[in-house]
Amino acid sequence: MSQNNKTPHNKNQATFILDGKTIPFTEGQTIIQAAMASGEYIPHLCFNPEFKPHGSCKICTVTANGRQAASCTQQTQADMVVESNTKPINDERRALLQMLFVEGNHFCPSCEKSGDCQLQATAYELNMMSPHFDHFSPDRPLDSSHAEYLLDYNRCILCSLCARASSDVDGKNVFSLAGRGIKTHLIVNAKSGKLADTDFTGDDKAAHVCPVGVIIKKRVGFAVPIGKRSFDEHPISATPHPKVRDV
Amino acid sequence: MSFALETAANPENLRRVAIDPVSRVEGHGKVTILLDDNNKVHQVRLHIVEFRGFEKFIQGRPYWEVPVMVQRLCGICPVSHHLAASKALDAIIGAKHLTPTAEKMRRLMHYGQILQSHALHFFHLCSPDLLFGFDSDIAKRNIVGVAEKHPEIAKQGILLRKFGQEVIRLTAGKRIHGTGAVPGGVNKSLSIAERDELLKDIYQMVTWARGAVHLVKEMHHQNPELYNSFGAFRANFMSLVGFDGGLDLYHGQLRARDESGNILFEGVDYRNYTQIIEEEVKNWSYMKFPYLKSMGKEKGWYRVGPLSRIQNCDFISTPLAEIERRDFIEYSGVMPMHAPLGYHWARMIEMLHATEMIKDLLHYNDIMGSDLMVTGERGFEGVGVIEAPRGTLIHHYRVDENDLVTMCNLIVSTTHNNQAMNEAVRRVAQQYLHGHEVTEGLLNHIEVAVRAFDPCLSCATHALGKMPLQVEVLDAAGQQLSSLSRSSEGTVSTPLSAP
Repeated sequence: MSQNNKTPHNKNQATFILDGKTIPFTEGQTIIQAAMASGEYIPHLCFNPEFKPHGSCKICTVTANGRQAASCTQQTQADMVVESNTKPINDERRALLQMLFVEGNHFCPSCEKSGDCQLQATAYELNMMSPHFDHFSPDRPLDSSHAEYLLDYNRCILCSLCARASSDVDGKNVFSLAGRGIKTHLIVNAKSGKLADTDFTGDDKAAHVCPVGVIIKKRVGFAVPIGKRSFDEHPISATPHPKVRDV
Repeated sequence: MSFALETAANPENLRRVAIDPVSRVEGHGKVTILLDDNNKVHQVRLHIVEFRGFEKFIQGRPYWEVPVMVQRLCGICPVSHHLAASKALDAIIGAKHLTPTAEKMRRLMHYGQILQSHALHFFHLCSPDLLFGFDSDIAKRNIVGVAEKHPEIAKQGILLRKFGQEVIRLTAGKRIHGTGAVPGGVNKSLSIAERDELLKDIYQMVTWARGAVHLVKEMHHQNPELYNSFGAFRANFMSLVGFDGGLDLYHGQLRARDESGNILFEGVDYRNYTQIIEEEVKNWSYMKFPYLKSMGKEKGWYRVGPLSRIQNCDFISTPLAEIERRDFIEYSGVMPMHAPLGYHWARMIEMLHATEMIKDLLHYNDIMGSDLMVTGERGFEGVGVIEAPRGTLIHHYRVDENDLVTMCNLIVSTTHNNQAMNEAVRRVAQQYLHGHEVTEGLLNHIEVAVRAFDPCLSCATHALGKMPLQVEVLDAAGQQLSSLSRSSEGTVSTPLSAP
């Protein structure tokens, strides 16, 4: 699994081993950051190179010198031996994905993010053929109160990217995760619980970071035809993150 | 109300024969027949046993999802639902007139759908009955048997369908369940390469489609006794016709004729369909029974689909199909053709028309245009009607100010034909089963009558919350512990409580 935007390798640079390949890194880089900079794909959902790592989805779990670690939070060390694309690790990632699918209501056939959705693309990448577990089928009404954006909580995977974008970039704190454990859920910062009663706007960074289909710009729907969507031509492992060069 | 042979007076002493499931149709249905000791028929019913719920779970969803979501009603003619919903939602976003590119791309998609669905139905599902005989060897009575005995016919059928699916793929993005139509237009046009890919084969498709019309026409001429009388009954019929009275499967206005061919109404704006159509619910089927309000339940039931459309329009705009339509009308004589097997002939004329329309559309530069969508003044209610392969398809939605669907009503083609299909199977049961020992071959006669309508039973069972239901809880010995009934009016009762 490799991506196409490699950075040049300086011979004096420290390196580590990822799935048998020598990967250069700079001090302070996490495993996934260094891997991305070298065009190597490690499956992930809550990680976005534009934001501080969160380490919550665990999809990016690897073994680093024999111990499991989230590659988005584990800093790279010289000569570290990292395994990512192995059957045992991919089996665990697939189980995590299956749990995400059954905990929410993910109807890919009628979802406008289909083809652009990182959850769906990662599931394809890891050859997830069925949800395996019983569906929770939670009752999660939509929030369509905002004039320009809609929240479909059915698709939330609790990655917190919207919350991080809103607080770290927009300085607004529109989104947050509330509750604990299996009851953790996304909320917006308004007494009514409605997006229309927050200071959210379409210019916010938070409006554009959802890796699934929770934060939806209204009335766009299926304007992009099949064949032109993010993951139509190439799998997610061969589709560089647009901001990866900035890492 | 109840029709002849719908409900036996004393069913408790009768023998029950079930065809379950009816084969070589889309979806799941069954026919039950009640016979007495002398094999005399007392009751025949076509039951739809699937239970779905699109009208309910579409509520609360954003309107722009609808054309993609509702097409999951069906895997055979999803394009029809996709387009009917898109037409309805055009009104929600105020798109009164589509761009020439959008209009032609949608039509191209639709005629691709008509072609592939009609080819599938005639060649894959029905030609085994027509080529080998209704009670022929069951082991050979299938598409594999056709491929062995009539390889050229089988090949043409398969390639005609494949071409239709390619038209759908290039207009909607996928052969099944694409996304091409969106409220206000389409999301893509054809590239030059895509246009040329279709142009390369379309002339062959027109030739083969014409051959299919001649094949089924010859069957009628060779065996008029069978083809003119099998399961025949008289009925009103309804369809869209173009604003000029010609055959138009994508857009137009509603016209209905009585059993003699006299016009009952015409020029009806389909947005007013609730003023002319009412639906009756019966407690033995999940499929509703529509009828024309003005004529009442007893006289107002009607037929839709190819047999209605070909006889309802004044002309067909494409020359080869028009020649065949005139032949059909001439063969029928003064009275319209009511025989169910006439559906096959009419269906093939439509398939020929679809290939001619595809050919014509491919010669417009508009299909490669870039002006894809329009919007206008926001609306809150929309009705979209299209002539799907199986007949008139009605989609009706209401949307609130926050863009969420609050109401959805679908009347699909097969539902319109519910009473007509029941009449057909009753006539066939009377003609062929009455007084005879039941055999597989005789039971296939019943299925042949159902198949003639090309019913899509999956599409027809979309409602939730309106159907009468009875739930029974039995103990291990089969004794009823409790039961719960819901009437067609929605009243819930518990006739027997748990001890």
